[in-house]
Amino acid sequence: MFETLSDKLQRAFKNLRGEGTVSEENINDALREIRVALLEADVNLSVVKEMIEHVREKAMGSEVMTALSPTEQVIKIVRDELITILGKDTARFNFASRPPTVILMAGLQGSGKTTTSGKLAAWLQKGGHRPMLVSVDVYRPAAREQLRVVASSIKANIYEGDLKGEPAGTPLVERLAKEARREAVNYGCDVLIVDTAGRLHIDDHLMQEMRSLKALLSPQEILFVADAMTGQDAVRSAESFHQQLALTGTVLTKMDGDARGGAALSIRHITGQPVKFIGTGEKPDAFEPFHPDRIVSRILGMGDIMTLIEKAESTLDRKKSEEFARKALSGDGFSLEDFRDQLRQIKKLGSMQSIMKMLPSVGPFQGLQQMAGQVDEKQFSRVEAIINSMTKKERNNHEIISGSRRKRIATGSGTSVQEVNQLLRQYAQMRKMFKSAGKPGMQRKLMGSLNAMRGMGGMGGGMGR
Amino acid sequence: MIQTLFGSLKEAEEPKKRGIFERMREAVTRTRENLSQSLEEIVALTIEIDDKALDELEMSLIAADLGVVTAQEILSALRERALNHKIRDGAELKQMLRVEIKAILDAYATPPRVVEQAPEVILLVGVNGTGKTTTSGKLAAWYRRMGKTVLLCAADTFRAAAIEQLEIWGQRTGVEIIKTKQGGDPSAVLFDALNAAKARSIDVLLVDTAGRLHTKNDLMKELDKMRRTTQRFIPDAPHEVLLVMDATTGQNGMQQAKLFTESAGVTGIVLTKLDGTAKGGVAVAIARELQLPVRFVGVGEKLDDLLPFDSAAFTDSLLGA
Repeated sequence: MFETLSDKLQRAFKNLRGEGTVSEENINDALREIRVALLEADVNLSVVKEMIEHVREKAMGSEVMTALSPTEQVIKIVRDELITILGKDTARFNFASRPPTVILMAGLQGSGKTTTSGKLAAWLQKGGHRPMLVSVDVYRPAAREQLRVVASSIKANIYEGDLKGEPAGTPLVERLAKEARREAVNYGCDVLIVDTAGRLHIDDHLMQEMRSLKALLSPQEILFVADAMTGQDAVRSAESFHQQLALTGTVLTKMDGDARGGAALSIRHITGQPVKFIGTGEKPDAFEPFHPDRIVSRILGMGDIMTLIEKAESTLDRKKSEEFARKALSGDGFSLEDFRDQLRQIKKLGSMQSIMKMLPSVGPFQGLQQMAGQVDEKQFSRVEAIINSMTKKERNNHEIISGSRRKRIATGSGTSVQEVNQLLRQYAQMRKMFKSAGKPGMQRKLMGSLNAMRGMGGMGGGMGR
Repeated sequence: MIQTLFGSLKEAEEPKKRGIFERMREAVTRTRENLSQSLEEIVALTIEIDDKALDELEMSLIAADLGVVTAQEILSALRERALNHKIRDGAELKQMLRVEIKAILDAYATPPRVVEQAPEVILLVGVNGTGKTTTSGKLAAWYRRMGKTVLLCAADTFRAAAIEQLEIWGQRTGVEIIKTKQGGDPSAVLFDALNAAKARSIDVLLVDTAGRLHTKNDLMKELDKMRRTTQRFIPDAPHEVLLVMDATTGQNGMQQAKLFTESAGVTGIVLTKLDGTAKGGVAVAIARELQLPVRFVGVGEKLDDLLPFDSAAFTDSLLGA
């Protein structure tokens, strides 16, 4: 795998130690690494250049603080700069004072307009709105059929309209749009989402159609749907769409992949309009408001730890976790009973894969993401089954689990004695590790929990049949 | 009479050849303009090839989505040779760059395969929204024009209306389609299609698969299963696995190519939507690092907007030579 930004910066700053400030000479290497990292993340070149100059200005002559290493300091400056470009707050959604609010979806072919239209409708429904969908994509084969299927899967209203054999073209598009708005009013729908055909920003004819749709519907929102995997060209298409339509925001799709999403930065920079939502999967609810600080971490390869924390906070039982941490780090150590509780909690968070993805790819967590793919989710169930087959007494004192007990547990859980042995061995190791981590020192605590996670991963791999 | 006939025949042939070349050029002209513009600027400054100028050149390759590693490697080779040959002339520098990029694209390009035993099975794979279904339709038309019998397999049973979309392409090209209902098992419909292709002595079977992000292990395993299903049926199939990639794709294209090759055994790239302003430069990076050639380029929404890849035209257009 490629080197992380943090590693590169560390190397660039190796010679910096002992010097009191960040100087012109020693920062050039670092800036070059930052430039490369941003370019690898698909941030547009001109945006990168501008940013680098800002960072240089800010970093020059700034005191090398003892609390932060020069590396951390520069990363912090880069982070702050990126967040400034992206805007600090989650963008708000505009609603019309007199419904229906009209949302026009715009974008290149294959960026995900139809899927996003459906997700947006589902999101609005969850917020108590009554959206109506309409597809005016009369060009791509089966595009309107696609939206119809999407709408029925989320039980949203859709205006299908009747093509009446009319040839594909702007008059037909305008007629469908007009009828849909009337239909939305009649049905008491407060939002009309208009899914349009994908088009190239240099296609004058289709861009003209987009402008007339805008004039016809006076939409409150014109959302630019863009693929997170877009490279340097993102700037050109976004700029052109914005010039011709005055976009109000962007939806960044396919964010569940491993693209760094630098396009978000480029598009935000060139249009001045916020990224409002991100698409994170194929299901209708894989759609969330955009948080600038999170994508910044991702662009820099630092993971999406905020999302993880938020998710953990909303799903985990805090008291139980604290209890576990206290026990694990204290002299008593945690029991298998506690371990099972934790296992169940983790399972509530989602798949191991999705959790690991949110961890940073730098620092102590390095390598975990690659591991994510190898974790066998079924292992968790198997481990749980083994613990379930123990008696309460056994769970609270693993030392009493003798050979015959192991045999019984294996039979009871549908596993083998070897697997039971392995679990017990790993458990004992983990318990010991936690205990030693309980001694003062944050770094060691972190390493302890990290090793525990590694241990679980290893257990998964080792026990596979 | 014969001469006239010969003459007119020749005439009819020539524009066609030029047509493909021209369209290819047209498609990448915008790329070329952008890149050559920055090249001119650099060239103007390059009375002496200094590191700064080469640095700038590297940045413009990066701006064409070639990627950092590829740009650096190309430039370091260029730097060395420019210094050895005491190159001072910008035009020479450009020519050297042209040779370098074309060599990368050509290194792993193979001549069109001849399938000894029909059916030839071609799998189309890729992330969501790159144009697999459209490319399937265009490829069907392409093989039909070559006088082959073609069968389409709608193995995208996941995306809403993907089957209907392929059906319309089938009607447009006069090609039959083997399908199941949405949500069906893609390997099952593939099996049916393989059977049908064999029974009807079809020359080419085109399999349109569902778009999937390369990071989704389960979905990638499904591709592997489809490949194995094909293999069981015809030992040396699939004969071609085409990764359909959007020309606007940035550096993530590398990851896509890498992981799709691992699961599906990609043999070539189809670069779509090259009629926009996107550069498709990631294809150079992919060719260099993963040894995968570009087979076709998509340049529009019509049936015949699919062209065989021509590295000379692509490179020339890219650099404005």
